[in-house]
Amino acid sequence: MKKYYFDHVATNPLHPDVLEAMMPYFKEEFGNPLSIYEYGSKAKNAIEEAREKVAALINSKPAEIIFTANGAEANNFALRGIALAKQNEGKHIIVSRMEHHSILNSARFLEKSGFVVTYLPVDKKGFVSPDAVRKAITKETVLISVTHGSSEVGTIEPLKEIVKVAKEKKIIVHTDAVATTGNIPVDVKDLGVDLLSIAAHQFYGPKGAGALYVKQGMRIVPLIYGGIQESGRRAGTENVPAIVGMGKAAEMAKAELQMRMDYLKPLRDRIINTLTEEKNVFLTGDRENRLPGHVSFCVEFIEGEAMLLLLAAKGIFSASGSACSSKALKASPVLLAMGVPAGLAQGSIVFSLGMGNTSEDIDYLLKEFPAVISRLREISPFAQGWGDKDGGESCTVKK
Amino acid sequence: MYSEKVMDHFTNPRNVGDMEDADGVGIEGNPTCGDTMKISIKVVDNRIVDAKFKTFGCGSAIAVSSMVTEMVKGKTLEEALAISKEAVADALGGLPPQKMHCSNLGADALKKAIEDYKSRQKK
Repeated sequence: MKKYYFDHVATNPLHPDVLEAMMPYFKEEFGNPLSIYEYGSKAKNAIEEAREKVAALINSKPAEIIFTANGAEANNFALRGIALAKQNEGKHIIVSRMEHHSILNSARFLEKSGFVVTYLPVDKKGFVSPDAVRKAITKETVLISVTHGSSEVGTIEPLKEIVKVAKEKKIIVHTDAVATTGNIPVDVKDLGVDLLSIAAHQFYGPKGAGALYVKQGMRIVPLIYGGIQESGRRAGTENVPAIVGMGKAAEMAKAELQMRMDYLKPLRDRIINTLTEEKNVFLTGDRENRLPGHVSFCVEFIEGEAMLLLLAAKGIFSASGSACSSKALKASPVLLAMGVPAGLAQGSIVFSLGMGNTSEDIDYLLKEFPAVISRLREISPFAQGWGDKDGGESCTVKK
Repeated sequence: MYSEKVMDHFTNPRNVGDMEDADGVGIEGNPTCGDTMKISIKVVDNRIVDAKFKTFGCGSAIAVSSMVTEMVKGKTLEEALAISKEAVADALGGLPPQKMHCSNLGADALKKAIEDYKSRQKK
């Protein structure tokens, strides 16, 4: 059976050119970058070349890039590293309710360590308001972390405005740009952020490679102590093949960014336009300020895991924020923060597109998905007699 | 993650539907996740001759409902009341541990349907 992969927010396939760039560093160029002989210098040069490419993707200086193992490590590093570096100036940090677990759980760790954390509310489309940031700032605030874009509902945050508010009070701003980097333009100077997290596998690079941008001159306490790798800020022998792959993927993303967005947006919009015509199917997140390949809905009267399983039986692979589809059996905190009622959040489904998806793939999805919805609604006790409502833009505006 | 039997009952659920002339109806829900099962039974001479279900929930919730309605047909009310959650899960070839409690509502919905039948008989 043909496979239709619509879960690119989970991970992307490795681009063949990226794999090719990585291969020598699995084989003949296996050296430790710290070694002073030829093997070492070749590996070291490869890492520095990759650093330049990643820096170019986000318009930073190479020295401002610290390689990590993944996006979660970059997020942990940013929150804990800055909180510890600044704790003598204040012990208050601000994060939004749109954040990934690696931000939220780092914030909870800091709470247990004596910090006070404000969790910013969001509106029904998942936007963090700059005004809410302004109100949350206290004399003790040392760090604000707001995601650049949500992998769950696709909403791209008004980060520049948030940074502007923070900078009025000279507060450090971090952003989790894992979902956006390589998918939309990300420019650290334009955004004005001080720290920014990236993951290579979100733009056709390998798993096992991430990075934290740290603005020049910013003090950050390491998570991992040891040798002098990454200028002493992230010890441990480097994952040379993965870093080389991240560099190649960054170079390609920079060159192809506009082409990728132009390719994905029409596919995305076709799904959104078609499926919001269905009864009781509601788009989650914002329609305009949205990741190029991101489609997410709440489908009323049915449950996400059941949808995923029936879709998978048709060769369609997607994601859900429903409680039943999560290992922890908890509904997506992002959907709940947006005010989606718990029952409706159970009907969460996310289709995230990538460069491997074709227009024919979308035809197939648009044929099969409505059939899955009808089939589960036939089984549902709620689908009958509740009165149909039109589908539409946001699942929180109804009622 | 699910057994073949769970997938079979989920993808080809038996006895889906409402029953206009039901003798007893039971609804059981899980307030945390919203999973809801509705089981309708038809009783003749103290024996369940037909059962139908409607379920809002995940794959295992639907499979459990389907299995319970299959297990209960032809059983006396006493035999039906003795069907445990574990027995339903066993008949499905087991459920993932995290799904054992949240989605395994079939036996409880069935008990409620039988109670409903009994209370209707008293009237």
